[in-house]
Amino acid sequence: MGVEIRVEGLTKSFGHQVIWQDVSLTLPAGEISVMLGPSGTGKSVFLKTLVGLLRPDRGSVLIQGQDVSRLREHALYEIRKLFGVLFQDGALFGSMSLYDNIAFPLREHTRKPESEIRRIVLEKMDMVGLIGAEGKLPGEISGGMRKRAGLARALVLDPEIILFDEPDSGLDPVRVAYLNQLIVDLNAQIDATFLIVTHDIASARQVPDNIGLLFRRELVMFGPREQLLTSDEPVVGQFLNGRMQGPIGMAEEKDAAQVEQELAELDAGRHTGPRGGKGASGEGVVPRLLPSPGITRSPRWQAIAEREEMAALRARVADHARSRRSARDAAEEVD
Amino acid sequence: MSPSATAALTAKATNGLRHCGNLFALALDVLRTVPRRPFQAREFIQQAWFVASVTILPTALVSIPFGAVISLQIGSLTRQLGAQSFTGAASVLAVLREASPIVTALLIAGAGGSAICADLGARKIREEIDAMEVLGIDPVHRLVVPRVLATMAVSVLLNGLVSVVGVAGGYFFNVVLQHGTPGAYLASFTALAQLPDLYAAELKALVFGAIAAIVAAYKGLNARGGPKGVGDAVNQSVVITFMLLFVTNFVMTAVYFQIVPQKGG
Ligand SMILES: Nc1ncnc2c1ncn2[C@@H]1O[C@H](COP(=O)(O)OP(=O)(O)OP(=O)(O)O)[C@@H](O)[C@H]1O
Ligand SMILES: [Mg+2]
Repeated sequence: MGVEIRVEGLTKSFGHQVIWQDVSLTLPAGEISVMLGPSGTGKSVFLKTLVGLLRPDRGSVLIQGQDVSRLREHALYEIRKLFGVLFQDGALFGSMSLYDNIAFPLREHTRKPESEIRRIVLEKMDMVGLIGAEGKLPGEISGGMRKRAGLARALVLDPEIILFDEPDSGLDPVRVAYLNQLIVDLNAQIDATFLIVTHDIASARQVPDNIGLLFRRELVMFGPREQLLTSDEPVVGQFLNGRMQGPIGMAEEKDAAQVEQELAELDAGRHTGPRGGKGASGEGVVPRLLPSPGITRSPRWQAIAEREEMAALRARVADHARSRRSARDAAEEVD
Repeated sequence: MSPSATAALTAKATNGLRHCGNLFALALDVLRTVPRRPFQAREFIQQAWFVASVTILPTALVSIPFGAVISLQIGSLTRQLGAQSFTGAASVLAVLREASPIVTALLIAGAGGSAICADLGARKIREEIDAMEVLGIDPVHRLVVPRVLATMAVSVLLNGLVSVVGVAGGYFFNVVLQHGTPGAYLASFTALAQLPDLYAAELKALVFGAIAAIVAAYKGLNARGGPKGVGDAVNQSVVITFMLLFVTNFVMTAVYFQIVPQKGG
């Protein structure tokens, strides 16, 4: 069963540079959450704070009644056994082959015989499509392969909490699709709590239960997927559409007057500049990605599937009514 | 001094103190972790082999001229004083007591420590160390302790090597090049030198190995800012280790003379 993470009033700074302050959110047990935010807003720092690699200045991270930010070294190592973490660059051990990298947690923390380890490692490597690359060193493979190997290593101990730092960066669109399906299937099977940091809006719209957005040293929003996807916050809109117009600038922040002007332009319906990068094709709720047909669904996923079916039905009815109405209108015009 | 300069200076000083404290904390951590099971035997052997392989050849090559220089100096000095019969004894003493710990220190810090620091620093910036911690494995137990123990072992070994090569080099230069008498050289060996000299030198080597490895590990584990950061860390680690080793050497020598009675005095 997944584990809930409760973050309260978390603040982190490096020297005088405040990264984010007063971040409070709850990652519900067994659910998938996504964290969005412009580059450099401290998403990776947030993940590292959750696992206790970085200590916050203030606030707490509560997991099973323990505050990760205040745990002693020993207790910290214990609680980390709940986690599987995929780092932004994979963070594979450069001196070990992929096989040894993935087997490493099993060898360190379990007393399984080598044959059993082999079975598990090959199963995970198959899952991420790396069969045949067992003997390669991390330096000899592509970035996307490193990412997938890091993913396999993060999953090998059947963690309760899975943190992914940009699992899709460096992957091609087809692999991203497979990866998203893999995440949903995993969630349906092992019921772990997922937190995914990503820049890929298309994935963020389909995959999670909850979405959060970090911007300007704050958590702008965190809540159910529908809430963020239908929000009219200017930052959210800009992010979901991948526009240049809006509060986010190249160097994170723009001056207030310019933002004011650009938002007025948008209100008047004048869009300028490119848009739609990284799957940012606009706001609005899209159908949720469901587990593959072969996977037995937990009650949670059954409920989600039913809700999705209802939504699809409602959409079809509305669609039908609309087309009937327009047909009638056309007929009246002819009369 | 302007207030801002004073503030900057204070900041520098507190920063230095903090590093000192953290270094010490790591040393204590290593001490506390040494008895923890399972002992990382594989890593220990690999590291010992690695440190030995980067230090043995340079050590041998440095200690021959070092022994030669000492024996040249002492040869001419004893001749000036009319005490040729003590040439052998004085050379041995000089090599055993000072030359070998210093040569060992230079090579352990310069070759062994820098390699350890670069290795750990590279792992740090590639987030391997973070990944290890997240996988529930203490890098001090898994990486640092075996390296410290391996460096200490190799350091003791090197010290022995330097002593042997240095003394042999001294013999060669004194007897063959300066036409001393082999008999007198060998006979005077035990006139001034004693076994505790060797023990003390080995103890020094042990401490030097520990210091070099701990400083290297500290600097490596705290490397930041990409490949250049690793380069800086290696550089600082070597400089800091040199300074620490020379101070330690002085202190240990002074203590040694206080507690071990000297021959012929
Ligand atoms: N160890 C550190 N020491 C000092 N500053 C740091 C450290 N780690 C991160 N930072 C700073 O924190 C800020 C946030 O970094 P972080 O890597 O979390 O960004 P991010 O949101 O993950 O960006 P991206 O989407 O590009 O991965 C950056 O300004 C970075 O300079
Ligand atoms: Mg990041």
